[in-house]
Amino acid sequence: MKPCYINSAVSISAQDTLKDSIFLEHILSFEGKLARAIHPNYKLFISPIASRRMATGVKMGVAAAKKALELAKLETPDAIITGTGIGCIEDSEKFLNAILDNDEQYLTPTSFIQSTHNTVGAQIALTLKCKGYNVTYVQGAASFESAILDAQLMLHENEANTILVGGTDELGKFLINDIILAEEAEEHPILTPFGEGAHFFTLSSLKQNNSFCVLKGLKIFNKATTETIQTKVEAFLKENHLIPEDIDAIILGKNGDAFDILYQSLQDSIFKYTPQLHYKHLCGEFFTASAFGFWTATIIIKQQYIPDVLKLNSIDKSGYKNVLLYNQLKGQQHSFTLLSSC
Amino acid sequence: MSQNRVAITGMGIISSIGNTIEENLHALLNSKKGVAPIVNINTRHKNKIKVGEVLQTNAELAKSLNLDKNNNYSRTALLGCIAAQQAVKHANIKDIEALKTGLISSTSVGGMDLTEKHFQNYNSESRRLINSHHAADSTEKIAALLGITDFTSTISTACSSAANAIILGARLIKSGQLDRVIVGGTDGLAKFTINGFKTLMILSDTDCTPFDANRKGLNLGEAAAYLVLESDAVVKQDNKTVLGYLAGYGNANDAFHQTASSENGEGAFLAMSKALKIAELNPIDINYINAHGTATPNNDLSEGKAIKRIYGDSVPDFSSTKAFTGHTLAAAGAIEAVYSILALQNDVMFPNLNFKTAIPELSMVPITEVTKKPLNYVLSNSFGFGGNCSTLIFSKGL
Repeated sequence: MKPCYINSAVSISAQDTLKDSIFLEHILSFEGKLARAIHPNYKLFISPIASRRMATGVKMGVAAAKKALELAKLETPDAIITGTGIGCIEDSEKFLNAILDNDEQYLTPTSFIQSTHNTVGAQIALTLKCKGYNVTYVQGAASFESAILDAQLMLHENEANTILVGGTDELGKFLINDIILAEEAEEHPILTPFGEGAHFFTLSSLKQNNSFCVLKGLKIFNKATTETIQTKVEAFLKENHLIPEDIDAIILGKNGDAFDILYQSLQDSIFKYTPQLHYKHLCGEFFTASAFGFWTATIIIKQQYIPDVLKLNSIDKSGYKNVLLYNQLKGQQHSFTLLSSC
Repeated sequence: MSQNRVAITGMGIISSIGNTIEENLHALLNSKKGVAPIVNINTRHKNKIKVGEVLQTNAELAKSLNLDKNNNYSRTALLGCIAAQQAVKHANIKDIEALKTGLISSTSVGGMDLTEKHFQNYNSESRRLINSHHAADSTEKIAALLGITDFTSTISTACSSAANAIILGARLIKSGQLDRVIVGGTDGLAKFTINGFKTLMILSDTDCTPFDANRKGLNLGEAAAYLVLESDAVVKQDNKTVLGYLAGYGNANDAFHQTASSENGEGAFLAMSKALKIAELNPIDINYINAHGTATPNNDLSEGKAIKRIYGDSVPDFSSTKAFTGHTLAAAGAIEAVYSILALQNDVMFPNLNFKTAIPELSMVPITEVTKKPLNYVLSNSFGFGGNCSTLIFSKGL
């Protein structure tokens, strides 16, 4: 696959990542099980009329998308590709509550209209009047990676020159409490809080003045075990003409549950002497949390610096050229993502 | 014609007009519709709507898949598993992981039917059912059933979802990323969608009448369909029977309104134009259009205008099969992909049921009887909320 240049990276998360000019300097901690996003002043991005109808996720998504385009000095991308795991849960809950509370009577369509998974992608297209390719992926913890993979394929096949890609998930108000109760009943539950956020990036097939990072490879797979994961990562690196020693930092989607053994098996073996990083303690666990990891990777490469709060070991490198991400959720929806300096 | 062709070597379907490919074809050829009053869902709108419902209960569907009684399969997952299993069997695949094989499914409602049962009421059932809510759950269950451990993904672009799953699958094969991919979509009926479309006031209380001047709205449906796509190399190597080829595809956004289509059908026009370009065809090469034709006042007028923008007054033979199956939402693109292939295989066009009077602005008259005609290229449209418009073009398997 041809390299894909990254020209802007934007994060709205439970940390003040949209405003924080210094990379993860002022860390916010969480009380309880939820890591709600720090919201910007949406008036800067969305008209008040449009904003009034939008749920949290749509607002976060549209704002992050607009910021990403602004930073890349891109007016209209050739394609808009988004990912979301839980979708527009706020409006889904609103509509579901109305159905159940009033026994299917006195319903209004607004929350139903805004509840479809493609609402964020659609609202961005509508705002930009962008008539190009537009798809939304809903593959759980590989939703964002599915969107990136599609973008990579489009650029490789010359189907587009510039693409806006992002991942958005919102916490909602009801189902999340039940998800937490169900999770707490597990023997080794997720230990990080549950989070939300929107992360958007602009990608191009040609290197631009503002390109600061390059997506070299991406692999999504559905199943792996501690026995097979090492072989899989080595094969992935080989496809990209690298060996484990070439990786300057590995960013892991650890969340404290039983499936962390998949990450641990790599930490204890081929990446034993590699700087190891984690991030879900900062943004919380959610289906597109890996997009926060992706965002940190791009900033590490851009700034050649790793904040201490991300570090799992004390190994440093003189430079950060190749950064590998590995994420999975409950042993499913695995992805390897390889980002490099350009 | 491109060197790296995308062959269709297997199909599976379950819909309100049949549990197999053969049953669906039989119903289409005999004008046997599946739209009827609702049976399995206890909704207060029971007497005011008609739906295209798969009549087996969840328990019956689960039994046919040999699932444990305490399973956590949503209706979406059950229908998806049945159709995907058929498709793989139809393609005569013995060892699914012998080749680089992926799965791309699609759904709009996901496991909402289960969530409706425990939402607002966390109980002992919730823990078992809660992880079936999100859209990838049905895909994971299909992957597990088929034994696919490699690339697996799910698309949700409302009513164009399955068409987009087919498009991604084709692109992954053309670029050599995959040798084989199972693509399609699944959506079970749920109170959530019934009430959603009801509030939008686009549900008809009668059998829907696509492209008719007096159309009153759509009938919802539930279904699942999957296609096995394989590369030319695999077809040669394994001496596979090719049912048809995916010759072209297009995806565009109407960028007009969250739920309504633009007056001039811009998104639809762009999607069809892109598909023709990729297929390297002239509009006149298309012998039959399986239209989206939901029978809502807005869609049929907008789609008709888009077709006329391409064809002027020489519109090819066309029909919507929604009056057979109801609008099966995320699955529709795959259902109609199967019908397009069946049309090509049998050189036959399926009727647009219930049509009486042409829409005055369009003067377009669909095929209303089963009509035999040699077919080389069939174009199929799928459009969804959010302005998502997709078009597929299929050609004969030679």
